[in-house]
Amino acid sequence: MDAHLLGSALRTNLRIVRALGMRSIRQTFRRPQLIAPIIVFPTLLLAIQTGGAGSAVELPGFPPVQSFLQFMLAGAMMNALMLAGNSGGIALAVDIEMGFTDRLFSAPIPRFAIVLGRLAGTAALGLFASLWFLTIGLVFGATIESGVAGALMAIVLVTASAMAVGGIGAAIALRTGSASVVQGLFPLVLVVLFLSSAFFPQELMIEPAKTIAKYNPLSFIVEGIREPIISGINASDTLDAVLAILGIVVLGLLLSDRALRHRLKVG
Amino acid sequence: MPAIVVEGLERAFGEVLAVQGIDLTVEEGEIYAFLGPNGAGKTTTVRMLTTLLLPTGGCASVAGHDVVKEARAVRSSIGVALQEAALDPLMTGRELIRLQATLQGIPTAEGRRRADDLLDRVDLSGAADRRVGTYSGGMQRRLDLAAALVHEPKVLFLDEPTTGLDPVSRKTIWGEVRALNDDGTTVFLTTQYLEEADQLADNVGIIDRGKIVAEGTPESLKAEIGHPHIQLQLAEGSVVEAEAILAPVGKLLPPKDGKKVLVEVENGAADIPRVVRALDEAGIAVESLELVRPTLDDVFVEKTGYHLEDESEENAEKAPVA
Repeated sequence: MDAHLLGSALRTNLRIVRALGMRSIRQTFRRPQLIAPIIVFPTLLLAIQTGGAGSAVELPGFPPVQSFLQFMLAGAMMNALMLAGNSGGIALAVDIEMGFTDRLFSAPIPRFAIVLGRLAGTAALGLFASLWFLTIGLVFGATIESGVAGALMAIVLVTASAMAVGGIGAAIALRTGSASVVQGLFPLVLVVLFLSSAFFPQELMIEPAKTIAKYNPLSFIVEGIREPIISGINASDTLDAVLAILGIVVLGLLLSDRALRHRLKVG
Repeated sequence: MPAIVVEGLERAFGEVLAVQGIDLTVEEGEIYAFLGPNGAGKTTTVRMLTTLLLPTGGCASVAGHDVVKEARAVRSSIGVALQEAALDPLMTGRELIRLQATLQGIPTAEGRRRADDLLDRVDLSGAADRRVGTYSGGMQRRLDLAAALVHEPKVLFLDEPTTGLDPVSRKTIWGEVRALNDDGTTVFLTTQYLEEADQLADNVGIIDRGKIVAEGTPESLKAEIGHPHIQLQLAEGSVVEAEAILAPVGKLLPPKDGKKVLVEVENGAADIPRVVRALDEAGIAVESLELVRPTLDDVFVEKTGYHLEDESEENAEKAPVA
């Protein structure tokens, strides 16, 4: 294929992904039951945790922070993006249940565009969630220690993580084709999240949670989001976060690819 | 070149063979109706021909492309409107057709123009910016049909396009299908309605339990059956008793709805007095009597041993009315 044809095919595919992404975003914002839990639940949890456990910052070994709210912002964003990934999976499963994906599968488009389009919607939710929690933090007195650059870093990491987690949600949706199965994973999302450093510093955890949190990829991501907020941009933490996100992306794509093939076999 | 060629096509789901080695050919510009009850294998066949499901045996080509090896080329050549219109209730009609245009690789400006034209064609311009969830069943089917046409496909697949629709909406869809066919589009439709196949199709394939049991033009299939039959509704007396009396008059067909006696007669209307006299002598009162020319249902009965109409009427009663 010559460069011109390749460029043309790439442009067409990007246009398809953008169109599917726009549909996914519109669908999310038109269906309150998809967006409400992503914002409402983590916001309530943030309010309860900061209101009830604010003095945790005085514990020996707690990282130096301006306030517990400042520490918790990354956890709240992580919570929201995990729920966004879950919601994206639910939305895709609903598409499968109502037959909308048949419309997509019977069109001459690459199969990966269907998943990428869905992930674009999940990324938009991640972006929205990061802006929401940064705004809440600033309104209630938390500071972003590394300023605008740190805020942008947090926004980029949250958005990318939402896409990565959404890939896992999409793979489960494609494999099961059932919205209720994907919805049933909600408690598991919370368990995985609590077994990371999202809500509490790793150093203060007890075994075996401490070891699990140490190797939990979500801990690497949450630290990458947290550092620019509580201290400053740290290359090592950022790199760890990016690698963890890439790992989840690769896993999500592999699982999605397998699930797509399976769906074509079983119908 | 035929628009669709199917040879020994099979699909198994575990131990169940849903489609059992079917063969069929649909010529370009033809309307082919695939007629059969629920679970006969119609939708499974359509899903294989539209590349949504891999066959487990045999082969098929659509618009000259193999459905497995050249799936993407097949998808570029076909329009698909599947059973239970696959629409997103949160999108507007206009958004859906524009999205479909993008999926088919049509440039944005051209896609918008075609969307407007198609919405106008299916009489949905006034509702184009309303969410699909607010549409009636008939409007949803028309929108689904319009979306399937956005790239002017060579072959159009319609899976039970009118199931659950009221008679007016059904006739509107039939009108659209005829108009499309007049423009040269090959149409492959599945249906469980005899009238639909009879009214629309150039050729009909009757499928039962995964096998094609009869194929031909509606007229040739009916001609195969040959004789008309008399359909009797009894005022009193049992169907079994009436059948015993009428057995010497002609071949008995399976009773319709379990209440109507059906007897095939060689001489048409000339045999009516004989039938009435025989029943009268036995003291069985007749409420109504009708001479019925062979229909596709008779063909179906001949080939399968049961009535398709009973089953489709049952389903129509269960289906939501638009």
